[in-house]
Amino acid sequence: MAFSNEQLTRYSRHIILKEFGIKGQKKLSRGRVLIIGAGGLGSPAALYLAAAGVGCIGIVDADDVDLSNLQRQIIHGTDDIGRPKADSARAGMLAVNPETEVRAIRAFVHAGNIMDLIRDYDFIIDGTDNFPAKFLINDACVLAGKAFSHAGILRFNGQLTTYVPGLGACYRCIFKEPPPPEAVPTCRQAGVVGALAGVVGSLQAMEAVKYLAGIGELLSGALLTYDALTTTFRKIRLPRRADCAVCGALPSITAPVDYAQAACDLTL
Amino acid sequence: MPEKHLAEWRPDAWADVTDVVCPATFAKALAALEDLEKGQILEIRLNDGEAARNVPLSIKDEGHLVLKLSDNGDGTCTLLVRKLDD
Repeated sequence: MAFSNEQLTRYSRHIILKEFGIKGQKKLSRGRVLIIGAGGLGSPAALYLAAAGVGCIGIVDADDVDLSNLQRQIIHGTDDIGRPKADSARAGMLAVNPETEVRAIRAFVHAGNIMDLIRDYDFIIDGTDNFPAKFLINDACVLAGKAFSHAGILRFNGQLTTYVPGLGACYRCIFKEPPPPEAVPTCRQAGVVGALAGVVGSLQAMEAVKYLAGIGELLSGALLTYDALTTTFRKIRLPRRADCAVCGALPSITAPVDYAQAACDLTL
Repeated sequence: MPEKHLAEWRPDAWADVTDVVCPATFAKALAALEDLEKGQILEIRLNDGEAARNVPLSIKDEGHLVLKLSDNGDGTCTLLVRKLDD
């Protein structure tokens, strides 16, 4: 595949990076990323990945755009209120880069559809706002041997880690199982700063770009935490757990499972 | 392109980067080099000024050998590069 003048110009700031080059850009153009959640995390991730020239991006979300989303979910505009988020996000990505193939999937992820959803993709971005979905995505990616980026944000704090099959801890190695639903503050109960979602979602996009281009070191086997109030990043090394229920030597989880979900209709 | 320039080094491929602006000039040169084998020579036509100043330096920095930069007298230059790095 040869790049056109327009593509060479569009992606010139990538291509002229020694670590990246033509080869890296070609890998991106062949790359396929699934973003689960077109919310606070998914918005910047989707925009950056489309802009970067990722060949195919799937975006999964069952919700419609709400006025209260717009403080942080920057892929959607005021005119998109009431529109399905997956469709609005698709339009946002295509506006940035019409060359990207974008698949809008209007669905909630659950044990019955997650394996099918992730099958065609190289890298998964977890941009969901609840623990059941996060464990579901982790388990499905471990079972399918897919790399993915986990992230979570609340108030002024964010965290992320990257799972790469065979390397480092999975999300379940770090957090054994979801907390009880009543113990979880949803985003409706606890605020979140919009720019925090931008920082963390952009870090997820960066992990996807590095994974696809095959450059640098991924955030695997480590949890990065970000305290926006004090501007503090911490990288905590986390080993794999040999007895992890899904990625351990003798896994008890061999198929995706659904957990009870705390009521929350807002997607971060 | 005067014959005497070609007589010394015979280019294996040719690229015209006069239709893009920096840094896409360098990106386009890299794309052309990507298709060559190590040791082969690329002839690049570029505009005077910014492109003629920057592209040879960037290509050198990338690890390739700049053989010759000649002024074509028509607002363009011709750059001969040997691909060294993969």
